[in-house]
Amino acid sequence: MPKIIFKDSQGNSKTIEVDNGLTVMEGAVQNEVPGIDADCGGSMACATCHVYVEESWFNKLPKAEDGEVDMIDMAFDPKKNSRLSCQITVTDDLDGLVVTTPEKQS
Amino acid sequence: MIKTDVVIIGAGPVGLFAVHQLGIKGLKAVVIDNLDKAGGQCIELYPDKPIYDIPAVPECTGKELTDRLLEQIKPFKTNLYLNERVEEVKSENSNWFVKTNDGNKFSTPNIIIAGGVGSFEPRKLALKDIEKYEGKSIFYAVKNKEEFKNKNICIFGGGDSALDWSLELSKFSNITLIHRRNEFRGAQHTIDAIKKLEGQGKISIKTPFQLEKVEGDDEIKSITIKDDNGKTEKIKTDIILSFFGLVMKLGPIAEWGLNMDKKTISVNPNNFETSKKGIFAVGDICNYEGKLKLILSGFHEVALASVECFKRARPNEKYRFEFTTSSKTIQDRLGKK
Repeated sequence: MPKIIFKDSQGNSKTIEVDNGLTVMEGAVQNEVPGIDADCGGSMACATCHVYVEESWFNKLPKAEDGEVDMIDMAFDPKKNSRLSCQITVTDDLDGLVVTTPEKQS
Repeated sequence: MIKTDVVIIGAGPVGLFAVHQLGIKGLKAVVIDNLDKAGGQCIELYPDKPIYDIPAVPECTGKELTDRLLEQIKPFKTNLYLNERVEEVKSENSNWFVKTNDGNKFSTPNIIIAGGVGSFEPRKLALKDIEKYEGKSIFYAVKNKEEFKNKNICIFGGGDSALDWSLELSKFSNITLIHRRNEFRGAQHTIDAIKKLEGQGKISIKTPFQLEKVEGDDEIKSITIKDDNGKTEKIKTDIILSFFGLVMKLGPIAEWGLNMDKKTISVNPNNFETSKKGIFAVGDICNYEGKLKLILSGFHEVALASVECFKRARPNEKYRFEFTTSSKTIQDRLGKK
């Protein structure tokens, strides 16, 4: 099962295993990763599952669609490597993906 | 003080259908919601997105679902208290006392919390010590245009609210529109109009910039913005208008002494009563074993909760289960002859 590494703004880190086909957000919620609120449940409507994807991984992910980028406008402290974790689907290729949760979600 | 059989908190699809299920049982309800319109997440988050899992409705948008529910509850002539948030719930003689931030007071044997993920509130700027400017130099909505005349206004955001207000306020104020990327996501004709005004020197557009800090005493005097490369720029500013959409906040619900599990309310799945008699929770906000956060689950939940509400509101009457197809009483209540 692919491993996903979550870091927080304080530098703490938590590694979880996520089934292929689930989203990074769903993996985080199931494993109670702090800092992922996911208020809208994955409908790309709230920007509270916002993460920063580690630079080396960012370009390996399928590009964000317009709706996601629009939603990231609403996120707390968006950066160039911002993504919504509900839009990143886990595959074997993403084994070892590192994301950082922002200081807060809203 | 308004007396009613049930106070429903939340005018989303589940809160609206609660009116129906209570209404066909002869119960009067009021609905309170912090948004300015009915529909909850359906209307605020995905009015145009199709929903495919409403039984017998192969496809409808959030807006269509809301409109149909409003149509369905029309016969019950229910008062919707919009733009109001329930602040206080307390026990008063065997009834519940409910008070909103607008000062409306209700006395009721039953409260149904259909609050979704909480009430929608503007997403606020996250800089330190910025709250002291709120209402004086920082605003999240324009209520009275007069207050925004002849000022230096910085508007943050890339959507329709930011663009529309930039256009409108540029008629009598000095506008700087600031957005974190070069693309705006508003309507194309609005974007074109803004670009035209920029060309004429009537609006200043700063992209890709974000707010770095604000300077001032009682009121803001200037702000500093920063781009992705760390380049900063200082702008003389009287007013910041910030349009970063809405967030959902659980708010006062967490303080009503109900058994909670994270941000959800634990209920008895037989009647969706919470740990307090006469307070029910339905829809996304309730939690029980096997709970699914689906609109259709919420419809089922209010149907069962409404039976318990009837028993509490009409303790001297016997509850009779009836079908809408055959019950003359229900058909009368629906205004069908």
